Amino acid sequence: METFILIGITGIGLGALYFLVASGLSLIYGLMGVLNFAHGSFLTVGAFVGFWVASKMGFETTIPEFLLAMIIGGLAAGLFALLIEQLLITRLYERHIDQALVTVGVSLVVGAVLGGWFGNDLRMFPTPMWFLTAIDIGGAQIPADRVIYISTAILLLIGNWALLKFTRIGLIIRAGVENRHMVDALGINVRKAFSTVFFLGGFAAGVGGVLVSVYSNGVSPLIAGSYLIYGFIVVVIGGMGSVPGSFLAAMLIGIIKQFANYYATGLGDFVVVILLAVVLLIRPQGLLGKVRA
Amino acid sequence: MSALTVKNLHVKIGESHILHGVTFDVPAHKVTALLGRNGVGKSTTLKSIMGLYQGTGSIELDGLQILGTPTYKIAQAGVAYVPEDREIFSTLSVRENLTLASRNKNNGDAYKNIFELFPELDTRAAQLAGSLSGGQQQMVAIARALLNENEILLVDEPTKGLAPKLVTEVANALVKVAHKTTMLLVEQNLALVKRIAENVIVMDQGRVVFQGGPENLNDPAWVHQMLGVSGGHK
Repeated sequence: METFILIGITGIGLGALYFLVASGLSLIYGLMGVLNFAHGSFLTVGAFVGFWVASKMGFETTIPEFLLAMIIGGLAAGLFALLIEQLLITRLYERHIDQALVTVGVSLVVGAVLGGWFGNDLRMFPTPMWFLTAIDIGGAQIPADRVIYISTAILLLIGNWALLKFTRIGLIIRAGVENRHMVDALGINVRKAFSTVFFLGGFAAGVGGVLVSVYSNGVSPLIAGSYLIYGFIVVVIGGMGSVPGSFLAAMLIGIIKQFANYYATGLGDFVVVILLAVVLLIRPQGLLGKVRA
Repeated sequence: MSALTVKNLHVKIGESHILHGVTFDVPAHKVTALLGRNGVGKSTTLKSIMGLYQGTGSIELDGLQILGTPTYKIAQAGVAYVPEDREIFSTLSVRENLTLASRNKNNGDAYKNIFELFPELDTRAAQLAGSLSGGQQQMVAIARALLNENEILLVDEPTKGLAPKLVTEVANALVKVAHKTTMLLVEQNLALVKRIAENVIVMDQGRVVFQGGPENLNDPAWVHQMLGVSGGHK
């Protein structure tokens, strides 16, 4: 039973990291139709800025210091995302192939610049000592850092929901996901909403970047690789443009992957790909996605 | 005086040349019906005025050139649009659809007028717009356009696909609206057109072939020749 609980909660923790990467991807694609391969670079920028801030506080940080580094990393990634959107993406709306090429280019440039600057080796992220402790849940010893991953993902989900549900910009984003031309026809500059979404997506990815660095035992320019791929898988399974769908899919994937890795050694990735194929065959719009007209 | 003047408008969609030098005036404070067979370019004309399709030529709103202007600025300049397929936001509630459309925070009077016109929208404010009937969705689409002070209302086939009872209800609402605003109306229902139109434009193959008064709509031969339908006596 302890093993079951341990695998389940670490699976949820992993799912939380996938959600942080995927939520921005989902909104950006859902609202703007932009297939953003530069999203991994937002994660990397957030991780490095968070690492830089945390390093200024010493080899070990307190929990508030770590949270501050995480938020600054998120803000830096959000601003970087906004910069990329303003400089490059605004010129390429409706040009999907060009978007893919340019955003792949951005991710390569960011990886190369950071690699040239810092090298590709992992650098230990300064974390609170509490992260190295374990919490007893039902007899299972759960690594304490999982609590931070899960609570951050839940906070982000709630924040996202509140923004989308209770603010005018959220209303515009929800309407824009459904029909952005009609939002324009109501006299609303939907591109301002695009910029907000890019910032929020970058922020979530940056926060995710800091947490992925902790999970991976260090920060490196190569850190985004598999998380970006999983981010896309989560978005497809959850449904394009659906943040709750991304949350559900991320948790599902995290848990299934952990159980598969434990009970069928090393087959976690394979099982996730099978899950993706099954969802695409049975429900191509994703778990909570809408069929597009 | 013209509220809207379209001159020599050419529009291509992909490789297809849809509008071939469309030219017409929409008189201020009157209802102008834009008629023609299916596929002659009526909806394309409305979408081009709204900036949803790009073209060449000239479109002036109260003397101000709006061709090439972004759609949201055209709407802000006072062009309201009720699209052919309603295009309400199905995942938003009725209230959210209206809130989104309202550009003025202090427009309680506008809401009051709309709920007088369509009382059902008040009672169904919390309902998801996607779960409404076709007629109710059309009411949302029209109400959305009436929430702001507009120079002109572009209405594309508002009775399309509606049950006869709802056609009457939507038609009655348009009659009430027609007294207050300039309207360019695309409509296949000749009975409704005859009821409210004070000016008629007929298009054929991407060109305007007639602009004048609505009297000819009572001539079955003219209607058959121009629109390819019988309906002169309706």
